[in-house]
Amino acid sequence: MAARAIWKGQLKLGTTKIPVKLYSAVQDKTVRFHILDDKNKARVKQHMVDSDSGEEVPNEEIQKGYEVEPGKFVILTEEDLEKLAPPPSRDIEVVEFVPQDEISQQWYDRPYYLGPDDGEKEYFALVDALNKQEKEGIAHWVMRGKYYAGGLRPVDDYLLLSTFRDAKEVILADQLAKPTGAAPTQKELAMAKQLVEMLKGEFNPKDYKDEYRQRVMEFIEKKAKGHAPRLKPVKTKRQTAALDNVLAKSIAALKKEKRAA
Amino acid sequence: MPRTARKQQPATEEETGGARPFWSGTLTFGLVSVPVSLFPATRGARSSLRMLGPDGQPLSRRYYAEKSGKDLDADEVVRGFEIDKNKFVTITDEELERLEPEKTRDINLTQFVPADSIPPLYFERGYFLTPAAGSQKAYKLLAETMDKNSLAGIATFVMRGKEYLVAIFSEKGILRAETMRFPDEVRSPADVGLPKKKPATAATVKKFERLISSKSKKQFSPTKLADKQTDDLLKLVKKKEKRRGNVVRVEPEADTDNKVIDLVQVLKKSLAGKK
Repeated sequence: MAARAIWKGQLKLGTTKIPVKLYSAVQDKTVRFHILDDKNKARVKQHMVDSDSGEEVPNEEIQKGYEVEPGKFVILTEEDLEKLAPPPSRDIEVVEFVPQDEISQQWYDRPYYLGPDDGEKEYFALVDALNKQEKEGIAHWVMRGKYYAGGLRPVDDYLLLSTFRDAKEVILADQLAKPTGAAPTQKELAMAKQLVEMLKGEFNPKDYKDEYRQRVMEFIEKKAKGHAPRLKPVKTKRQTAALDNVLAKSIAALKKEKRAA
Repeated sequence: MPRTARKQQPATEEETGGARPFWSGTLTFGLVSVPVSLFPATRGARSSLRMLGPDGQPLSRRYYAEKSGKDLDADEVVRGFEIDKNKFVTITDEELERLEPEKTRDINLTQFVPADSIPPLYFERGYFLTPAAGSQKAYKLLAETMDKNSLAGIATFVMRGKEYLVAIFSEKGILRAETMRFPDEVRSPADVGLPKKKPATAATVKKFERLISSKSKKQFSPTKLADKQTDDLLKLVKKKEKRRGNVVRVEPEADTDNKVIDLVQVLKKSLAGKK
């Protein structure tokens, strides 16, 4: 079944406008739990209470404040917050382009597919042009009362728009310093290279499954039927040995595995 | 995000207080193990507002029983999965812990892939890894080897009641884990039902190529625009603070977790092997 578009807008590149629809490119599969009252296993409710006295504060008396220094709040009214919302717009403005591997993974937040809404020819021409030039577009737009910046990339024959995190939220390696301590020897580096080469392959997402999610769901289903298996505590193992020794052993073990296969 | 799911989400800086690592464990490749600590690579939003009472007193969210109206403490509630409408199966923290597959307790790098070969739609959140005391050499060995060969390491592991697929990247001698979505959490254009490709005319493609070339930059400079909203909010806060009419003062909270912590300083210390 085709997904529903969550928003409509238009890509703006210079004077060209391409109407597009936004679709979420992800679906969260996390196992969701409800919080229940232990006594009667009934759903619980939530309310806001005074942190000190524990007294309930009704919704209409709640206000929002920004803590400027410990214990000092500036109150922001609903009116203030409305005024702060950016003016609504349907434009996704593409301001510049960078090489596709230029943007660190750290920036990406939520991905959306853009589908053509009208003017399919221009849409697919843009995909072709981005693929040929191997570029990613930097875009900004306003959606549902919030400013966004994001990266526009071709994925096969389509466009993917990923939102970026706020610039002030991201900590980059540039801001930090290398760890201190002893450096590995040339021999160790050579062996480590050999080891990673043996484990090298193509990224194939299908190889990875959320096994834990499956185990939890299987357990829940068994428990629902009244026969939950007894679970044993998990043991953790640790080993310590000299680095070059462990590297040599790892390489030998992998070679043996390959011969056996 | 439903509140009930809080327990399952990776903690943000505010939740960990920033100063403590949010997970300590072992990174392994082959038989080599590197004990590490994980710190968030993102700071909390600067623009977050607190809920306050009519006199400005800070509020907290509490669970309560609907029938009796009585507030419930953490030890009076349990986690339940809704197996049928209003029918729940309860599950304890201990059960969840015991369901963890043994092999996924460590971050075991079973595969290395070209660092730029993972599509961005997989990435969720970044964490810096810092070496534990005595593991600096093995840490550096892995970081340098990955960096020189432009590789990312792939692993799955369980942390705080959730299994994570991660890619470990090496940048400037520092290892960073990016949590990723599992393949069944990512949609393809076909899943979404995007229309079949229509051939584009060469002239239109050329037009866009020219446009792309004319607006191309070699490097990505983070755009400030997304922060405009926060900047505007902070400006308004400053203005109102000066006018004094909208300012309330309460006893500062003793809770140390709410103190502003400079995550960059914490990371620098940890990378330098200081506590």
